[in-house]
Amino acid sequence: MSATDTPASPPAPAAPDTASRSPWGEVLHSLLRSGTFLTGLFILLFWVVCALFGQYFVPYDPLASDIINALTPPAADHWFGTDQLGRDVFSRVIVGSRDILTVAPLATILATIAGTALGLLIGYFRGIVDDIVSRVLEAFMAIPVVIIALLAIVALGTSKITVIVVIGLSFAPIIARTVRSAVLAERELDYVAAAKLRHEGALHTMFVEILPNVIPPILVETTVRLGYAIFAVATLSFMGFGIQPPSPDWGLSISSNYGMIGGGFWWTVLFDALAIASLVIGVNLVADGVHGAFND
Amino acid sequence: MVFLGGQVLPGNVGRAILGPFADQRAVDALNHSLGVDRPLLVQYGSWIWNFLHGDMGTSYVFRAPVAPFVVDALGNSMKLALVAFVLVVPIGILGGVIAALNFNRPLDRIISLGGLSVTVLPEFVTGIILILIFGVWLRWLPIAAAWPKGAGFFTQLYYLILPSLPLFLVLFGYIARMARSGMIEALDSDYTRTAVLKGLPWRTVIWRHVLRNALLPTITVIATQTGYLIGGLVVIETLFRYQGIGSLIFTAARGKDFPMLEAGILTIGIVYAVATLVADFLYSVLNPRIRLGAEQ
Repeated sequence: MSATDTPASPPAPAAPDTASRSPWGEVLHSLLRSGTFLTGLFILLFWVVCALFGQYFVPYDPLASDIINALTPPAADHWFGTDQLGRDVFSRVIVGSRDILTVAPLATILATIAGTALGLLIGYFRGIVDDIVSRVLEAFMAIPVVIIALLAIVALGTSKITVIVVIGLSFAPIIARTVRSAVLAERELDYVAAAKLRHEGALHTMFVEILPNVIPPILVETTVRLGYAIFAVATLSFMGFGIQPPSPDWGLSISSNYGMIGGGFWWTVLFDALAIASLVIGVNLVADGVHGAFND
Repeated sequence: MVFLGGQVLPGNVGRAILGPFADQRAVDALNHSLGVDRPLLVQYGSWIWNFLHGDMGTSYVFRAPVAPFVVDALGNSMKLALVAFVLVVPIGILGGVIAALNFNRPLDRIISLGGLSVTVLPEFVTGIILILIFGVWLRWLPIAAAWPKGAGFFTQLYYLILPSLPLFLVLFGYIARMARSGMIEALDSDYTRTAVLKGLPWRTVIWRHVLRNALLPTITVIATQTGYLIGGLVVIETLFRYQGIGSLIFTAARGKDFPMLEAGILTIGIVYAVATLVADFLYSVLNPRIRLGAEQ
């Protein structure tokens, strides 16, 4: 799932001809020299490892409550203290990366697939299709994601699938817009005219001829969207519309513990907040690096 | 559209009010008295008609007209948004201008990277961290935005500082970035070079030539951020238990109080439209090209 976050490596073997290998190699090269990208990648990989293997090395079961030791401050046996049910905060923070790192990438992939298909379609056909679809997309983008998500989730009920679909579909218009403008530039080029002269179908021209040439902007937009998806998933969980208990998810933990913040139980929320912050910043550093590598 | 959103939410209204154990006949009777068993188009027509006459419907939950709730909440939200805007617009622009004047020097790096980092963080995360720092550890500011009844202007302001800070942080990054790139572009332009070569003092060049052109795109960004701001308000008002339009929508969505939800969202839509209009107007006032074009 999260292996898709290393953007430059998968397309490289898919382009065996020498003419297109060198640009990808160059991108990879500049990525590996970019401090921003590597720092972000390091943070991201740290949380991916926690999500995949965290449950095997955390000191306590993140769901096991121990009421007698509830709300103990950080100490040697509980590094980050315990929450109101006596659950070990350190273990919960480590394992808490799992749900958000499943939901956010899946939502991003859905947004990318839907957005790319839509963008190719309206960019290629232009005309009345473009006019109508673009207006509808603009209307959608004017509504804040939180509001769309709130309405949709009240309508459809709360589940991980709903969250994925809602975030995926509300990000799709943004990706569609990016793809559309890239396609508009591509469709005037000679290779598209050549494909038309060969009587290739519209679908073939779009997906076989144009798509490989608009991959760079799609990759950049996808990494940027992943950052926003994490933002949105965390926010929805915090609002109670996302990931549900008893998951040790960060946003959810904050929402169930911040009511006691006035009592001075800072450790029940601080580490979750810092975890979200580090993940979001990590992904954005990666996105920044990818953007830089493609636009040099 | 808002109305449809509210209606598509499946969830039997009568059932939602009376609870899962109520008699089916009672549910039907209540549905009838609320008018929700009429055809959709009829409901829509009467809803629009009434809204235009200032009657926003009756809350299912409070059994009272919606309008006073919405008006109060909107007023509260505007106070909060105003505090955030008054703080962020000058400081954000100043930050961007300083960054641009120190292009690629350490100060620019600090402002740009810092702005980017705080912009990408979810509001509830920065909110929690700020609450911990200023509310719990330093005890400088109150952690809930609920001032005593009849509090004066300054007391209210005092309670609003902490909730407005997360909004400030998110907006600061956007505004500073736009101001910075606008400034850099303007500094690089021919008219700036001409002004410098004419021998005008540097201060005059910046004030009369650079700033005017640099700030145009920034104003547009500020207006488009109203949409974001509304999404942010939902989260912030929940976190700080503030009775604004965001928490009104949130509560209404949870309680399936559709008249309240629809009125809240439509109000937001109107606010958004007005903000966009004001931005267009400001833009044309500040940009002589558009102003002259319109007069001709």
